[in-house]
Amino acid sequence: MAICGGSVNKVAIEFKAVSKEYPLYSHLAGGLKGFIFNFPRSLKGITRERFTALKDISFSIHQGETVAFMGRNGAGKSTTLGLMAGVLKPSSGQVMISGRVSPLLELGGGFHSDLTGRENIRLNGVLLGLTRKQVEAREAEIIEFSELGEFIDQPIRMYSSGMLSRLGFSVVAHLEPEILLIDEILAVGDIQFQEKCKKKIQEFKKNGVTIILVSHSIGDVRALCDRVIWIENHIVRNDGPTSEVLPQYEQFFS
Amino acid sequence: MRDLVIVLTQKELKARYKHMKLGYLWSLGNPLAYGLIYWLVFKFVMKVKIEGFPLFLVSGLFPWQWFVNSIGVSANTFVGNASLIKKVNFPRNLLSLVVSTQDLIHFLAALPIIFGFMLIYQKPFSPLLLVGVPALAMIQLLYTYSLGLIVSTVNIFFRDAERLIGIFITFLFYLTPIVYNLDMVPEEFRKYVILNPLAPLILNWRGLFLEGNLNGSWLILSMGYGLAFFLMGQWIYKKLSWRFAEVL
Repeated sequence: MAICGGSVNKVAIEFKAVSKEYPLYSHLAGGLKGFIFNFPRSLKGITRERFTALKDISFSIHQGETVAFMGRNGAGKSTTLGLMAGVLKPSSGQVMISGRVSPLLELGGGFHSDLTGRENIRLNGVLLGLTRKQVEAREAEIIEFSELGEFIDQPIRMYSSGMLSRLGFSVVAHLEPEILLIDEILAVGDIQFQEKCKKKIQEFKKNGVTIILVSHSIGDVRALCDRVIWIENHIVRNDGPTSEVLPQYEQFFS
Repeated sequence: MRDLVIVLTQKELKARYKHMKLGYLWSLGNPLAYGLIYWLVFKFVMKVKIEGFPLFLVSGLFPWQWFVNSIGVSANTFVGNASLIKKVNFPRNLLSLVVSTQDLIHFLAALPIIFGFMLIYQKPFSPLLLVGVPALAMIQLLYTYSLGLIVSTVNIFFRDAERLIGIFITFLFYLTPIVYNLDMVPEEFRKYVILNPLAPLILNWRGLFLEGNLNGSWLILSMGYGLAFFLMGQWIYKKLSWRFAEVL
């Protein structure tokens, strides 16, 4: 499956029997006041009431694979991405990552509305793990790719949502990611730019970047991904080549 | 990581000044306005007898303002960066460090005002200032970073913590010898004043500007408080930071 030039690629992401439970934080909604006045109930709430987001999930993804995670809202896709990005810890099991993970930031995330596009590029690049020098070296390229022209020196609160997503994608696309996490971001921006993004992703694939895509768009998944992991009710329902899993997925929801 | 602190601090400073070109004057105006009010109330109405009262006030109010700004903004440090915390794995406590560093920079930028008052009241510029200002600033940075980290962490879990902290800060202000002198506290209570961690720090700031001296035992005491806050802050942060993305 993941054979390239005769040698088996290394594993980039491995989930070993991973489960993730959250305490229900709803009893914190009443704030400190509510928590103290209902102390016994609140304490019980924290320790007993739990919500399971992922149940005993295992898979391994090799370097250079492009994998789509599909499934209903709330099935556990975003939790999976959070675990890969290292912002969440599994409740049990093991998550192993080898390589630098670059999450594609959603609109507004990591961007500050009063700063210009150029300043946001620097901020974002450094947040995603580059040094200032490295970001500066790529700045011209990023700006050109984003096609934002003179808007780049305007504060981004003047940007349309399409322009914001251009900026976000352009930054990530030039960070030389090793593992790229994309959460439903291709749906924004005009068609022309979407095509450009897809082309960039194809380029990444050629260069051996591991790409994880969470998407509801069957067209995008078919065009970009080699493999689909279908998550249903917090477990892996199916995992295999796109040509096998996608038809089943389509059938299930039609 | 050093680059991250620099870029984030730049972001905060730029964002703060983008809206108003007069941002710097604004950050001076706030403590000066308080100074004016306290001067009116305590000098004219209450007839407090302290020599050089305006200098007395600003030398305590400017450090206090730094403290309050850092702690006040902290409630929003993590909550306001929710989308970032949910996506990117970076040391989140840097955000707290950035808040305090930013206010440290404002404080340093406001020092000329205090120096101006020192000139007006013909106070000598002691060479001790060269050591005292950095030392006290470092101790205060330890306070603001650590307490800010605690406040911002707690506020993720309990969003109403912010309000309690507002009330608490008002108490703290009047319990700290800022608008009054330590000598004015009744003698039997005087020894309890330094139980307030802010008291030894503010007293030293004022001593430094007014008399050009540092009280050694207050210095050590404030270092101790600073270290204790730091350890407490790191501990709470370590315990809870991996839950941030869950709750936000």
